[in-house]
Amino acid sequence: MMESYALLMAATLNAGTVLALASLGLLINEKAGIVNLGAEGMMLCAAIAGFAAVVYSGNDWLGFAAGMGAGALLALVFGGLVIWLNANQYATGLAVSLFGAGFSAFVGIGYVQEKIPPRPSFAIPYLSDIPWFGPALFRHHPLVYLTALFALGLIWFLYRTRPGLILRSVGENPESAHALGYPVRRIRLVAVLAGGALCGLAGAYVSIVYTPLWVEGMVAGKGWIALALTTFATWRPARVLLGAYLFGGVTMLQFHLQGVGVEVPSQFLTMLPYLSTILVLALISRNPQWIRINMPTSIGKPFYPDS
Amino acid sequence: MLRLEARPQPSALWSYASPVLALLVTVTMGVLLFTALGKDPVSALGVFFWEPIRSAYALGELAVKATPLLLIALGLAVCFRSNVWNIGAEGQYVLGAIAASGVALLANKSTGGWIVLPILVAGVMGGMFWAGITAWLRDRFNANEILVSLMLVYVAVQVLSYLVSGPWKDPQGYNFPQSKTFDLVTRIPRLFEGSRVSIGVFLALLGVVGTWIFLFRTRAGFAQQVGGLAPAAARYAGFSSRRALWVALLVSGGTAGLAGALEVAGPIGQLTPYVPAGYGFAAIIVAFVGRLHPVGMVLSAILMSMFYIGGELAQSRLGLPKSLTGVFQGLLLFSLLACDTLVNYRLKWGK
Repeated sequence: MMESYALLMAATLNAGTVLALASLGLLINEKAGIVNLGAEGMMLCAAIAGFAAVVYSGNDWLGFAAGMGAGALLALVFGGLVIWLNANQYATGLAVSLFGAGFSAFVGIGYVQEKIPPRPSFAIPYLSDIPWFGPALFRHHPLVYLTALFALGLIWFLYRTRPGLILRSVGENPESAHALGYPVRRIRLVAVLAGGALCGLAGAYVSIVYTPLWVEGMVAGKGWIALALTTFATWRPARVLLGAYLFGGVTMLQFHLQGVGVEVPSQFLTMLPYLSTILVLALISRNPQWIRINMPTSIGKPFYPDS
Repeated sequence: MLRLEARPQPSALWSYASPVLALLVTVTMGVLLFTALGKDPVSALGVFFWEPIRSAYALGELAVKATPLLLIALGLAVCFRSNVWNIGAEGQYVLGAIAASGVALLANKSTGGWIVLPILVAGVMGGMFWAGITAWLRDRFNANEILVSLMLVYVAVQVLSYLVSGPWKDPQGYNFPQSKTFDLVTRIPRLFEGSRVSIGVFLALLGVVGTWIFLFRTRAGFAQQVGGLAPAAARYAGFSSRRALWVALLVSGGTAGLAGALEVAGPIGQLTPYVPAGYGFAAIIVAFVGRLHPVGMVLSAILMSMFYIGGELAQSRLGLPKSLTGVFQGLLLFSLLACDTLVNYRLKWGK
């Protein structure tokens, strides 16, 4: 029994890593004032790009790089449209998601039967031998640890460095940042590209490590849940990470419940992550004041310097 | 360098020309894509733009697919004009199909043709109920309607999957997850012999007229749009934003549910896991390309229907995956968003 909880914990961290990567990426976007509803589409395109790269090269890191590239490329289109052409952010993000779903299905058709072996996990010496904690915490894919480290790095970057401050100022008050001489649109584009690359990494993790295969629509709403996570976390990186693991746990709970023989139709268990997203979103948003205080002020608003 | 100069007023000309230009851009990209894939671009374009209109039967099929797209888009236009971002029409469509199926499954040999009316009403109610959840969570808890409505799509698909593999599963269905085939009496009346076109087309066209009157000739429709364009002005005028939210979501849920009912009791004739065909998402593009205008959306629904039929034909004739449809839908929306820049800005050379 204890052993199965250790496995549940391990699976939670694994699933949480996907959400954390994507959500931290979206957080960077939103700190700079941009909402990208295209996360799901970027993740899908990255999933097939990463999977294809691994099928051809056999190298995971090339796969991750391909995923990041695919995510950043779509983000570039998105950024060009919303930052330079002032297109509506919601509509453009939706376009990315719709296009990404179609395009990934289109190019992925030849990879549906392909298989890559499950990825070996990376056991941290000594720590991984501790009973229970070892298998739960210290036998994971390297990216699981790197993601947690990245979150710490992001906290430091956003709140302790000058570029981080400038990034946030662009999301809070682009007019002032512009008046101070910062290239608002270029900074926003960099943020959008970084967000796209991270969503791409998350997508590639899905198809290379999480479930090493390609199926149409395999991201299954994780991009949208990642979007909701930034709100849950009231735009704080540490809370994003925590929320991601929490939701990773909810995702994994369904398999665990099935494993211990809970008599509920599997469809209701599959609903759990989506229903919990709705529930938590409602609970967090209940106090509009609380959201308004924490939300980057200029989120979703276009900025066009009238020079 | 090329730069943008804000127009004093949005260009009326470009607001009409932009969707056309966007289509041209999409077609151009399509030609490049076909050429890159080693297919003859002329015959490939024929599959998309000529095959769907070359015979009476083909035109009928075009209408069959355009009907749900148009119905859903009409509701979405009301939403988007009110600045309510309902992107979960697919889920509302599925719930409409489920509710309609619930009624259709009650029919037996002795049931009269009147059953069609309760089926359609159930569809509308089902869609409204599903959209109502989003409205309630937004109204009561301030929860973001984009995320809630989208999450509910995934939930709706699971509800559907549960029903067709559990309580509503056809005992004689060789263990396939699908309901029994509905009794013929439940079928939405068709207009002609040998074509699948049903009275749904009339309902959709009625919807066009209804939406037009509501948006442009009623005070309620006006209030709805003021809230979308200028929330502060709407508040000043005493228009209720809560009311606008509920109206927008219930209307779009209702039309999506109706589309689901028409589909499941029409061309499909049973409840299957393949009911969600992406119409709810494609309708978002239909709404934008049709300029959120009822008449414009008739044209864009027909265009999107061509994409669907073309995609299916491309699979059988050109050996390309059906998902090509999704690629072109996405490209069209991208192009439209880019071309729409010209509505508000002028291109200028120089610094």
